[in-house]
Formats: sequence, C-alpha cells, structure tokens
Amino acid sequence: MTALLSIEDLKTHFFTRDGVVKAVDGVSFSLMRGQILGLVGESGSGKSVTGFSLLGLVDPPGRIVDGSIRFDGEDLVKGGEPMLRTLRGKRIAMIFQDPMMTLNPVLRIDTQMIETVLAHENVSRAEALKRARDALVMVGISSPDERMQSYPHQFSGGMRQRVAIAIAMLHKPDLIIADEPTTALDVTIQAQILAEMQKLCAETGTALIWITHDLAIVSGLADRLAVMYAGRVVEEGETARVIERPLHPYTKGLIASVPQGKTRGARLQQISGMPPSLRSLPKGCAFRPRCARADEACLEEPALEEKLHGRKARCFHPWSLDEAADARRQAPSRDGMAETAT
Amino acid sequence: MSEPIIEIDGVSKRFVKSLDLAERTARLLGASVRQLTVNAVDGVDLSIRKGEVMGLVGESGCGKSTLGRIVAGLYAPSAGAIRFRGRDVAALKGKDAKEAALKVQMVFQDPMSSLNPRLRVDQIIGEAPRVHGLAGRGEIDAYVEAALQRVGLDPAMRKRYPHQFSGGQRARIGIARALAVQPDFIVCDESVAALDVSIQAQILNLFMDLREELDLTYLFISHDLGVVEHISDRVAIMYLGRVVELGASEEIFASPNHPYTQALLAEIPTFEAKKKTYSVIKGEIPSPIDPPSGCHFHPRCPHAFARCRTERPALKETAPNRYSACHLNDAS
Ligand SMILES: Nc1ncnc2c1ncn2[C@@H]1O[C@H](COP(=O)(O)OP(=O)(O)OP(=O)(O)O)[C@@H](O)[C@H]1O
Ligand SMILES: Nc1ncnc2c1ncn2[C@@H]1O[C@H](COP(=O)(O)OP(=O)(O)OP(=O)(O)O)[C@@H](O)[C@H]1O
Ligand code: SF4
Ligand code: SF4
Ligand SMILES: [Mg+2]
Ligand SMILES: [Mg+2]
Repeated sequence: MTALLSIEDLKTHFFTRDGVVKAVDGVSFSLMRGQILGLVGESGSGKSVTGFSLLGLVDPPGRIVDGSIRFDGEDLVKGGEPMLRTLRGKRIAMIFQDPMMTLNPVLRIDTQMIETVLAHENVSRAEALKRARDALVMVGISSPDERMQSYPHQFSGGMRQRVAIAIAMLHKPDLIIADEPTTALDVTIQAQILAEMQKLCAETGTALIWITHDLAIVSGLADRLAVMYAGRVVEEGETARVIERPLHPYTKGLIASVPQGKTRGARLQQISGMPPSLRSLPKGCAFRPRCARADEACLEEPALEEKLHGRKARCFHPWSLDEAADARRQAPSRDGMAETAT
Repeated sequence: MSEPIIEIDGVSKRFVKSLDLAERTARLLGASVRQLTVNAVDGVDLSIRKGEVMGLVGESGCGKSTLGRIVAGLYAPSAGAIRFRGRDVAALKGKDAKEAALKVQMVFQDPMSSLNPRLRVDQIIGEAPRVHGLAGRGEIDAYVEAALQRVGLDPAMRKRYPHQFSGGQRARIGIARALAVQPDFIVCDESVAALDVSIQAQILNLFMDLREELDLTYLFISHDLGVVEHISDRVAIMYLGRVVELGASEEIFASPNHPYTQALLAEIPTFEAKKKTYSVIKGEIPSPIDPPSGCHFHPRCPHAFARCRTERPALKETAPNRYSACHLNDAS
C-alpha cells in the first residue's frame, strides 16, 4: 500500500531581520489512508509550521527551503500554489490552532458555512444550509438553527473551536490537519468530537494529523506518534509502544510531566532547562543541554534511525534499549558465578 | 481561614441578540424571527478567599469565561454585584476603580485576539508597568526580560510581533502581561490549555510559587480536570450558567455529590497506551438559549424525578463546606 502523504526531510525557515529561525528543520513521516498520526512536542517545536507548510500557508519571510511533500502521488512543493489551491479545503483541510484563522469575524456562521460548501460543490443553497446544520449538530452545538444566525464573537471559545472543526469536515477531505483542535473542550464534548473523527476516518478513509500536547487524548486516538523537538522529529512509532517505552529522553520527560490527581499540591516534574532558541541551536543534538544522558558522542548530530523494529529515534543513547542492556547487566549474577567457577 | 478577596453575589449575565436590519424587515413581512436571549450566567454566588486557588470547571459554553470576565470587570453583570475586598466594584470611582482594575487581571482564553497585533512583545508586556510606575524608565527592558524568562520565553524574542509566535508562546505572552502589573487576583481562563505538559508544569509551578511569595489568589478556569485537581484548593462546577457544586478539591474529586459532577468525573480520560473507541453524547445537548426548566441538568440526569422538571434546586450545604444543588439531597 502506498502512503497518502509522505513528507521527506522538510525544512521551513523564517528569514527574520535578526536571523534565520529554523522552525521546521528535518521533518519526515508518512501516513496511510484512514490512519491517524499524533504529532506532539514542545511549544514552539514547529508543529503548526509543519501543518502550514503542507498547505502552502507559510507567509514571507518564511519559506520551504528543502524537502518534499508527496500527497496522493503529487509533489506539493513542486506543484506550488496552483496545485494547492485545488486541494485546500476540498481534499486537504486544516483546523487551525486559533479558530479565528478559519472564521471571518464579520460574517454570520451560516453565511460562512454555506459559502464553504458552495465553493467546491454544486448543490442548492438549501442543501448547503442543511449540510452546515448537520455538521454543527455533529460537533455538539445546541440550538443550531438559532446559533447559525450569530457572529463568531457571540460564541464561547470552545464553540468557536467546534465550528472550525465542523467546517473542516464539511467536504469529507482525504486529509485533515487538526492543530490542537480540542484544547479548550471539556471531556464530554471532546469525546463526541473524537468519535465523529474516528467515524470519518473509518468510513471515508480520511487520514488525520492530530497536532496536540495532550498525551492522554492522543494515546487513545492515534495509530502512530511523531514527537518533535526544536524543528525535528526525534521519535516516531506506534502510539502504544512509544508511550509504554519511549526511546528518546525528551519523549520520556514529556510523559513524566503529565499532571494527574495524585500530584495535587506537589510540584510537577518539568524537563529541566529552557527550550532552545531556534536561531542558535546547541552543537550536535539539540536536546543535549537538557539531557541527563548526554555525553561527548552527543556533540555530533544524531540522525533519525530505526532503533527497534518499526520505531525510529534521533538519539545516540536511547532509553529502553539500554534498559534491556541494564537488565542483562544486573540479572546475570549466574553468569558471574559461572565465571568464578571457571 | 482568610477573608474573601472576591465575592460574587447573585450574578447573572444575559446576552440579548438584537435583530439586524434584514431580520427586522423579515419580521415585518411576517417571518418568525425571534429575538435571542442567551442566559450565559444565571444567579451565581461564590466567595473566593485570599490566597486560594478556586477551580472553575464545566462544559463548553456553560458560562465560565463570561463569569471570569465579569469578575475581572470586563463585563457588567445584568444582575448582582462583584465585591473586591468587601467593596462593590460598580460603586468604585476614580483612583479606587483604577486600583481594582489593575489588581484584578485576566489571562484570556484566546490570546490571539487579546494581544494587539501591531505592538511588539516588549510593548505589550512593558506598557502597563511603565504607565503605572512599576518599573522606572531605565529599568523597563530588564523588567520585560525577567517577565519573559519567568514564563519560559527567550528574551531575544521581545522585538517580535504576536503573529510571529507559536500558539503556546502567545499564551505565555498573555500570562507574562498579566503578571507584569503585579496583581492580587488573576482570572486564568484556559491559560495552560495550549501548552505542552512540560511547559504547563513550569507555568503551574510558577503560579504556585507566586501564590507563596505574593499571596496571589486565582480563579482558575479549565476543562482539564487533571490540572484542576492538581492546582485547586476548592472547585466550583458549573452547568449551563449555574454553579451546581462547590467544595474542597480533594473531597469533590473523591466523592462528588451532584449527578453532573459524577458524570463529569467518570469521563476523565485515563492516560493509557491503548486505542479507545469514543462515543457520541447521548440525548440532546442543552442550550442556554432555551434552558430546560427546573434543574437544568434534568434531561440528562439518570436520577431525575418530577420535582426536578419544575423547581430549581438551590445550592445548599450538604456537609461542612460542601455545597450542591440537587433535590436528591432533600430526600433523606
Ligand atoms: N512568522 C514567524 N516568524 C518568525 N518565527 C516564527 C514565525 N512563526 C513561527 N515562528 C517560530 O517558529 C517556531 C515554531 O512555531 P510553531 O507555531 O510551529 O510551534 P508549535 O510547535 O506549533 O508550538 P505550539 O505548541 O506552542 O503551538 C516557534 O519558535 C516560533 O516562534
Ligand atoms: N458577546 C456575546 N454575545 C452573545 N452571546 C455570548 C457572548 N459571549 C458569550 N456568549 C454566550 O454565552 C454562553 C457562555 O459563554 P462562555 O464564553 O462564558 O462559555 P465558556 O463556559 O467559557 O465556554 P468554553 O469552555 O467553550 O470557553 C455561550 O452560549 C455563548 O454563546
Ligand atoms: S543524542 Fe545524546 S543529548 Fe541527544 S537526546 Fe540522545 S542522549 Fe540526549
Ligand atoms: S435536581 Fe434532579 S435532575 Fe437535577 S441533578 Fe438532582 S436529581 Fe438530577
Ligand atoms: Mg502550534
Ligand atoms: Mg471560555
């Protein structure tokens, strides 16, 4: 089976007045139809810019400087704006982290949604209205008929987010890039939206990139996980295995910081040190200044390599592998005895 | 127990959507266009003590941000009053009103629309401290730098505009701006929602440190029950504009009284490495445009009985310092 989407060593840089910001600097992953990929990572690690790059929405002074994006056999970087225009909204949709990037503040919700339907499909206005209304019900908006006649500022934060989700789902696209789509939603509504998303993926083969920092959600939703740090993918693999036995020290720190009830009142574990400045990354591994496992080897730059079957990491001393080695080193008192015996 | 710093007294907020020209014309022509009223906040009483963290949770659209904005003085309540240190803020004038406005800060849910896109970050954060003399002319750069560092942002970014930041970085600019004016009370509206767990931990730790150092008080709005349980001393649960349960965080999470709270806590996503099948909400989602009669929760409540459909349950003390608004508590 060929991948619907495959990104190879993507690099998107911003050429600002005070230096080059390498927001995305080596992102690779691929996605099958119907598959859900969780894209997680520290704030500022380049998740949103990866999404913008896919849709050709990086504004100057930023641009894609290297790498390829293949979508259903076509190279989107080569195809450029003319190709992207035919895909955007129809075959590839994005749910932006900030819903006001989707919504027009001066238009009523019904107007915006109807226009979105009519932009790519030849249906009657009445049919478009019905589709819009159904989509709102799907994301749990109550009193949809009255609500549709309102403007975005009359919605709560979570409601705006849900309208943006509804709009992205209108055309049942091949690929949805959802950027922190449920950050402000309570657990019940979240579950409702995740259910609708799962249904869409299963029924129409829509593939989903779910950008989030919420490991609890992504662990229940995503087939695969890609972890980003400082513009690069540092770990990639099947979700359950990554969460149970993370390879990269950053992934491990991320999982340890999840707040839970039992931590009440205590200080939360946080990964020590500051996120690096993207304009002057440390030499070698970008995580080195914050990494407890770092040594001289890490002054070289690690590559994203397969470490275990079907699991990649960008690290010289990954966890779990060593754990196995540690276990071997401790358990074998028998070996030791064997040695003394000889 | 310390004295209250903020008292929310019988506060309601109704949004009335006036008809636009096209709708008025349609109505003249006989179409059935209704004027809409949204009962966003409906008779809330809550008193927040100095130095505590009051968590506020509830479904999307239940009125949390609206209540937060009223507390921060950004919306006037349609009914009821807010008292800051015992004085009705609506009655404050001149210097006192300014002082109250400065001492009660809000960190907004939506940082993009609350940060002026035409200002650089150093201006956004430095403006109020400069105007109010919290930092002298020569110190302002160092002041802004320290403010950025506290929230984990590289001070080298201070000449950038809001759109040049990532979502989580923008959220932290909002936090830095609120902290920079040295408030006594902060309404945090989903302030850590956009942050990855590590930076979230850093910010939550920062909030707790500031509480120790400066005796800060927080109204902490969040949908993330794990975070709320971690940080709050007390929690208020809202449902469709009303507070339905209130009490010490530990006790509520251990033994919720109100059927809505029970349902909410049952849904906490567990952090396991297993694929789940999510399910669609059963029953109709209630709307503040057309709220159910009696107890707002009755259409979804597994224990609802006749009285629930007609009579609004009052928020009553069910155990020492525990409050719940449910008729079931009267039955025994
Ligand atoms: N227009 C821009 N000019 C300069 N730098 C930018 C611009 N847009 C983004 N950046 C920088 O690029 C980096 C990656 O940003 P991005 O928005 O992709 O982060 P993210 O992983 O989505 O983070 P978050 O979780 O906080 O949303 C950040 O450090 C950000 O400051
Ligand atoms: N300016 C406004 N005009 C009209 N209605 C409004 C306005 N602001 C809020 N509302 C309505 O008031 C209700 C409560 O909104 P609020 O923003 O307080 O919810 P919330 O609890 O913060 O939800 P969320 O978790 O989604 O942010 C919603 O139904 C919303 O549509
Ligand atoms: S390569 Fe070295 S510094 Fe980087 S994460 Fe691995 S051990 Fe740490
Ligand atoms: S008052 Fe009735 S409907 Fe409301 S929560 Fe209690 S039992 Fe349920
Ligand atoms: Mg982002
Ligand atoms: Mg809100």
